[in-house]
Amino acid sequence: MRQIQVELESVIMNSYTKLLAILQPNTSRRILLQRRDAFHSNTVKSPINISGSSAVNTKQQSRFSSTDSSSKTLDYEAKNAYKLHLLEEGPKTNVSCNREEGLEFYKKMQVVRRMEASANNMYKSKLIRGFCHLYSGQEAVCVGMRAAMDKSDSLITAYRAHGWSYMMGVSVTGVLAELTGRKSGCAEGKGGSMHMYAPNFYGGNGIVGAQVPLGAGVAFAHKYRGEPNICVALYGDGAANQGQVFEAYNMAKLWALPCIFVCENNGYGMGTSAARASANPHFYTRCEYIPGIWVDGMDVLAVREATRFAKEWCVSGKGPMIMEMATYRYFGHSMSDPGTSYRTREEIQDVRKSRDPITSFREKVIQAGLASDEEFKTIDNEVKKIVEDAENHAQNDPELHVDEMYSHVYSNPPKNYMIRGCDSFTYKEATK
Amino acid sequence: MLGASKELCGIRRLAHFTFVKDQPDPSLGQTKEMNLCQAIQNAMDLTLANDHTAIVFGEDVAFGGVFRCTVDLRQKYGADRVFNTPLSEQGIVGFGIGTAVSGATTIAEIQFADYIFPAYDQIVNEAAKYRYRSGNLFDCGRLTIRAPWGAVGHGALYHSQSPEAQFLHTPGIKVVIPRSAIQAKGLLLSCIKDNNPCIFFEPKILYRSAKEDVPIKDYTIPLSKAEVLIEGTDITMVTWGTQVHVLREVIQMVAKENISCELIDLRTIVPWDVDTVCKSVVKTGKLLISHEAPITGGVGAEIAATVMKECFLNLEAPIERVCGYDVHPIPHTFEAFYIPSKWRCFDGVKRLMNY
Repeated sequence: MRQIQVELESVIMNSYTKLLAILQPNTSRRILLQRRDAFHSNTVKSPINISGSSAVNTKQQSRFSSTDSSSKTLDYEAKNAYKLHLLEEGPKTNVSCNREEGLEFYKKMQVVRRMEASANNMYKSKLIRGFCHLYSGQEAVCVGMRAAMDKSDSLITAYRAHGWSYMMGVSVTGVLAELTGRKSGCAEGKGGSMHMYAPNFYGGNGIVGAQVPLGAGVAFAHKYRGEPNICVALYGDGAANQGQVFEAYNMAKLWALPCIFVCENNGYGMGTSAARASANPHFYTRCEYIPGIWVDGMDVLAVREATRFAKEWCVSGKGPMIMEMATYRYFGHSMSDPGTSYRTREEIQDVRKSRDPITSFREKVIQAGLASDEEFKTIDNEVKKIVEDAENHAQNDPELHVDEMYSHVYSNPPKNYMIRGCDSFTYKEATK
Repeated sequence: MLGASKELCGIRRLAHFTFVKDQPDPSLGQTKEMNLCQAIQNAMDLTLANDHTAIVFGEDVAFGGVFRCTVDLRQKYGADRVFNTPLSEQGIVGFGIGTAVSGATTIAEIQFADYIFPAYDQIVNEAAKYRYRSGNLFDCGRLTIRAPWGAVGHGALYHSQSPEAQFLHTPGIKVVIPRSAIQAKGLLLSCIKDNNPCIFFEPKILYRSAKEDVPIKDYTIPLSKAEVLIEGTDITMVTWGTQVHVLREVIQMVAKENISCELIDLRTIVPWDVDTVCKSVVKTGKLLISHEAPITGGVGAEIAATVMKECFLNLEAPIERVCGYDVHPIPHTFEAFYIPSKWRCFDGVKRLMNY
C-alpha cells in the first residue's frame, strides 16, 4: 500500500501539468496548486535530521587546518530518496559525507551551474550558435554518480552533455570553446554542443536513444576483459520510449552485462511531460527482468549512495540495473524553447526554491557545521574565475584551420586518397 | 587586423543566399503574406478542415512543434486529430503507415530530417513496398511525412543533413522539396492528396525568411514536374530547396559576363522530371547540378547519369556537380566552407564555359 502511495506521489508532478490541458483555466489553476503543494509536502519537505557527528579521520585533519569542521561529517537519513523494483534490499538510506567531499561536490555542482549560465549568456549574445541543451538543475546527478564511479568506468550520454563532459574530465574551456566552435574545444570545434568526448566518455550523441545500445556494448567490453568496471548509459525520460532502449535492456540482461541504465527524468521530453508520453512513467520499473531504483536526483549524496549500490550489483555479476533519477531542468529543452509553454513559471520557481540540488546541499553542509557561509563564498568566487577564464578562451581562441575539415573522415586513408570536392582546388588529401 | 577579422566573422554569420519572392498565380485569387512555416501550417489547416479523416502527429506538434509549423491546429481541430507522440521515430512512421493503410489521411512529422534514420526501415521496407507486396490490396498512399531539412547556418552534424539521396534508391515513395512559401503550400497539399507515401522535406533555413504572398485557397502544384524559373541559352542549372536562391544569385553574377543560364527547380526529387531537364540540356548543351548533400552518390549523380545517356550528343562539356564535400554534413565550424556557395557555383560555371 505504501509503495503505491509513494508511486502516486511521483507522478503528481506530471499530472498537475496534465490537468492544465483538461480543465478550465480557473479550476485547473486551483487544482494545479493543490497538487503541487501535495507533491512537495509529501516528497520533498519530509523532515531530514542532519547531524554533524565527530567521526575522527586523521587523514582529513592533516589536510585541513580549520580544526573543528574538518573532523565532522554530514550525516542524515534520506528516507524518501529511493524506491525499489525487483529488489529486496536497496541502497543505504543513511547517507553521509565529510567536509572535503562536501566542499568538492558543492564546487563541482557550482562549476556546472555557472558553466551553463555562461553558455546561456553566450548563446543569447550569439557567440554560440546552433543547438544547445543546458544541464542546469540536474547537477546532483552527474556529480553524485561520478563520485561513485572510478576512473576506469565508462559513460555515454545524449545531447544534454555539458555537465557530464565536465565531470568526465573535459575542462570548462573544453566545453565552452566547443560550443563557440574554437580549436580548444574538446572536439576542436567540429562538433559543437552535444558533440563532447573524453577518455571513457563515449559522448555526446544527437540522436535520441541511440546511445543506449552503445552503452551495452561498452559494458560488454568491460566484462569481456574481466575488468571490475561498469558502463553507465544515460538517457532522458523522452528517449525512454525509443525501441532501441528495450533492445539494449534485453541484450544486457541476456548476457549479464555490467551496465547501469540511467533515466534522467527531468519531467519533460522536449515539451511533453513524461506522463503524457509514457504509458508507464515509472522509468525504474520499465523492465520486467531488470531490477530498478528510483532515486531523488536532487540529493547528491543519495545519488552517490544509490550509484555505489548499483555498481556493486553490476560488478558482482548480477547483470544490469536501471536507475531513474528524478530531477528537473530549469531551462527549456534547448535554447529555442523558453520552457514555459508546457509548464508554469511557478513550477520552475518552486523547484528552485525547495528542491534545488545546490542550495539544499549547501544548507545541509552548513547546518552540520562542516563549513561556513564564507567558505562557500570563497568557492563561489573560485568557480566564477574558472568559468570566466574559460569564457575568455571560448571567445578568443582561434578556430581550427579549414584544411582540418577533411580530417577524421576515414582512418588510414589509402595512399593518394583524396576527399572528393567539387572543383579543382578542393580535392584534398586527408591529413589525419 | 582585428577589425577585419571581426568583419569577416560578421559576413560568415549571414545567410549564404538571398531569398527571392515569386509572384502568386493571379487565377488562384486572394493572397496573404505568409512565410514558409505559416504556409505549411495553412496547408495542414485546410487539410484538417476539408478532410475529416486527416490527422497530424509527431514530437511536440500539439503545442506547435519546434518550428511552430503546427501552431493552433490542436485548438482548432482537437486533441484527437492533432497530437504528440513519444520520442520514437520508428514508432511514429510505423504508426503512420498503420493509420494510412486503414484510411486516415496521415501527416506525420519527424522533428528533423536527421532523425529520420531510425524510421528508415519502416519507410523503405514497409511504406514503400506495401502496395507492391500486397498486390495492390493495401497501400499507405495517404501517408505524408514532413521533416525540416538542410543547412540552417549552425546546425552541426545532427541538425543539418539533406538525406534525399537516401530515398532516391527506394521506388514507391515520393520525395518533395519546396523552395518558397507558395511552393511549399501547393506541393504539400499535393503530397497529402497523392495516393503514394510522400516525404516532404522543408528547408528549415527558409521557415522565417521565405516570406511571400501566398494564395489562401486550397491549390496544388503537380508532383514530378520541374519548373523552369529562368530561361537561358548557355547553361542549364538544376537544383532544389534553398540552393535555388543561391543559383539565382550566381546567374546574376555570370550575366555580367554575358553568360545566359537556365534555372530549373526540380521540386520532386523522386520520381524526378527527366523531360524538363533533358529538354533544357538539349538546348544549352551544358549542365550544372548543385545540392547541399555530399557529392558522392548524391541526387546529382543520378541526374548526371540520366542526362549523359539521353543527351550524350548534345553535351558540350562534362556535367558539373557543385555539392557538399564528402565529409559529414555539416561540421559545426565549417558550415560556410562546406556549403556549395555562390562562389563555388560561379567557379563551376567558369569551368563549364572554358571547357
